[in-house]
Amino acid sequence: MSAATSNMKRTLQILALLVVLAAAVTWLAAGANRAWTKTEVQVKTLDEVTGIEGITYQKKFQPGVDFLGAAFGGAALLAGASFFFRKPKTNQPNQ
Amino acid sequence: MKLTHIIPLLTLTTAVYAAPQSFDFKDPKGVNNVVFKLDAPLESINGSANGITGTVSFDAENPGATTGKIVVAANTLTVPNPMMKEHLHSDKWLDVTKFPEITFEVKSIKNGNQVFQVDSDKKLTGKIEFTADVTGSFTLHGVTKEITAPVKFTYLKGKLGERVPNMKGDLLVIRANFTVNRNDFEINKGQYEDKVSTTIELSLSIAGAALAK
Repeated sequence: MSAATSNMKRTLQILALLVVLAAAVTWLAAGANRAWTKTEVQVKTLDEVTGIEGITYQKKFQPGVDFLGAAFGGAALLAGASFFFRKPKTNQPNQ
Repeated sequence: MKLTHIIPLLTLTTAVYAAPQSFDFKDPKGVNNVVFKLDAPLESINGSANGITGTVSFDAENPGATTGKIVVAANTLTVPNPMMKEHLHSDKWLDVTKFPEITFEVKSIKNGNQVFQVDSDKKLTGKIEFTADVTGSFTLHGVTKEITAPVKFTYLKGKLGERVPNMKGDLLVIRANFTVNRNDFEINKGQYEDKVSTTIELSLSIAGAALAK
């Protein structure tokens, strides 16, 4: 029982760390967008006859600070949950 | 310039640009757009709309008499964040179901300045630029207010074929930059002012076509 509890505690803590690392790497790799998460980006094309810049939207996931916040929040929950799995107190023999 | 030079030029101008033309702003190329911007703490809210229709009657001889109405389909307003877009369209903000159109109708034009473009041989190129302060009825969120905005009209004679193959006619490009206050249009009046600015910056870039008769 104590070994299973210890394993669960360690698993949750490792999972929390992985979530934080994965989110940070994803955020950095996508350009470290310090604004809100976007699922589309603007693409501008110039109409040469009129000189108007047309705007279209292209599907592209660009994680922002809300993505980081959600990931860090999730990791905090996992790490917090790990504290419910305490090691059972062992009785020290009287000397 | 001598009077003898001006008279032929005026005659030529009159001959080339005659009578008001009706320009249709439903753009087959989907380039026409209005860009909007509102300041917010983390980042400004930038978006655009391309569902633009309407007609403008423009007379190259008398651009000060321009009339017309431009309509923007409110449900084509787009921002890159899906949740923000959902909020923008909802009844909490623009309520695009109840108020599907954003419109501007020209009432009067003042302070007009017209420039005829000429080439190196001083011949008219067919391009006319006209800038003016345009006053009209602007309707947003079901509220109509009279506003005045600086507008630039660019008349491009015979250029429709270069843009849309197999079609002959003229183009009219309209550009305008102006601001409105969301409180004036009952859009969350007096609320969330610390999160979203009350000033909405609008930038209109549209082209209309008039088929040759």
